[in-house]
Amino acid sequence: MNNNIRTLTNGLLKENPIFVLLLGMCPTLGVTTSAINGMGMGLATAFVLMLSNVFISALKTQIPDKVRIPAFIVIIASFVTVIDLAMQAYVPALHGQLGVFIPLIAVNCIVLGRAEAFAAKNTVFSSLLDGVGMGLGFTLALTLLGGIRELLGSGALFDHKFIAGDGILIFVLAPGAFIALGFLIALINHLRRVK
Amino acid sequence: MKKKPSTLVNMIVSLTLISGLAGLCLGAVYSVTKDPIDQAKLAKQAEAIKAVLPPYDSLCEPQVIAVAGGNVTLHKAYNGAEWVGTAVNTFSKQGFSGEIRLMIGVLPDGSIKDINVLEHHETPGLGDKMDIKKSNFSVQFRGKNPATFNLKVKKDGGDVDAITAATISSRAYCDALQRAVTVAQN
Repeated sequence: MNNNIRTLTNGLLKENPIFVLLLGMCPTLGVTTSAINGMGMGLATAFVLMLSNVFISALKTQIPDKVRIPAFIVIIASFVTVIDLAMQAYVPALHGQLGVFIPLIAVNCIVLGRAEAFAAKNTVFSSLLDGVGMGLGFTLALTLLGGIRELLGSGALFDHKFIAGDGILIFVLAPGAFIALGFLIALINHLRRVK
Repeated sequence: MKKKPSTLVNMIVSLTLISGLAGLCLGAVYSVTKDPIDQAKLAKQAEAIKAVLPPYDSLCEPQVIAVAGGNVTLHKAYNGAEWVGTAVNTFSKQGFSGEIRLMIGVLPDGSIKDINVLEHHETPGLGDKMDIKKSNFSVQFRGKNPATFNLKVKKDGGDVDAITAATISSRAYCDALQRAVTVAQN
């Protein structure tokens, strides 16, 4: 039981995919121009991560070692396409904003990384927990980063304006993503050391 | 259960099975989501047409006209038998990043009723102000007739107030407008 809780919370802080493992930087830097974008991308990735972890863990004895990577990628890419189509059909507005980044979940290092490092070696249930934990950790990180950039860059949070005018424009542009992420990682490393 | 050894047969069988099943699943999902996706696209288009035209009760079949670099689509709107305006789906390739698509309502006298941005990839915080949700840039075109209002930014000798720090996006916007107006007049 304790082990399960540890698996679940592992991804949230101790091994947070963004702040500690530094995996999946491309969507992290690309889509986090606002809190809601970060959250949408995070949840989509979490969904894919959960399903792919479960399926890969269930099939792990059936997949010969030498072809495991192509097999994993086919499974992951299928789930990504499913969620891409579903979002186009049912939440077209959000899909319009996340646009090209949804298909890119398939090449997100986190998903293949967890499949290879965790799901291929553990039971279905703990792989599910790992997927949920890592997915939520990713969502948390993206929402946080998106929130900070939105707040500094356009003076708003979740589309609620706090100040009139423009804010510090650079935080909405690409360099702002690197700056904000750098400071966040520094802060988290500091906190971890203090602990 | 023991892991399957990596023999040629095992590898072929497992990859074939996984790919085949994945293909089947994707086919099923595609057929389920195809209609909602088409409807969402149509709804978005219809909403844009409604937003840029005066009230109308019927639309003509869309008329696709090929121009240099792409297609411009005309949607003629009628109220009874009276022609109340044309919604023009136009584009520009001179944007800061990628294609810009606009929906423009042109009244029978040739003046612009309203403009709606369908698609753009301009810089957030700068070029994206062409969208009415972000700034009032597009308001200056309402009611203007291209015969007397020069659709060029002031830097280029026209009458358009460009978006601050986004002259390229503003030029592209005007380029798309000019294309729509030219097509609508013919």
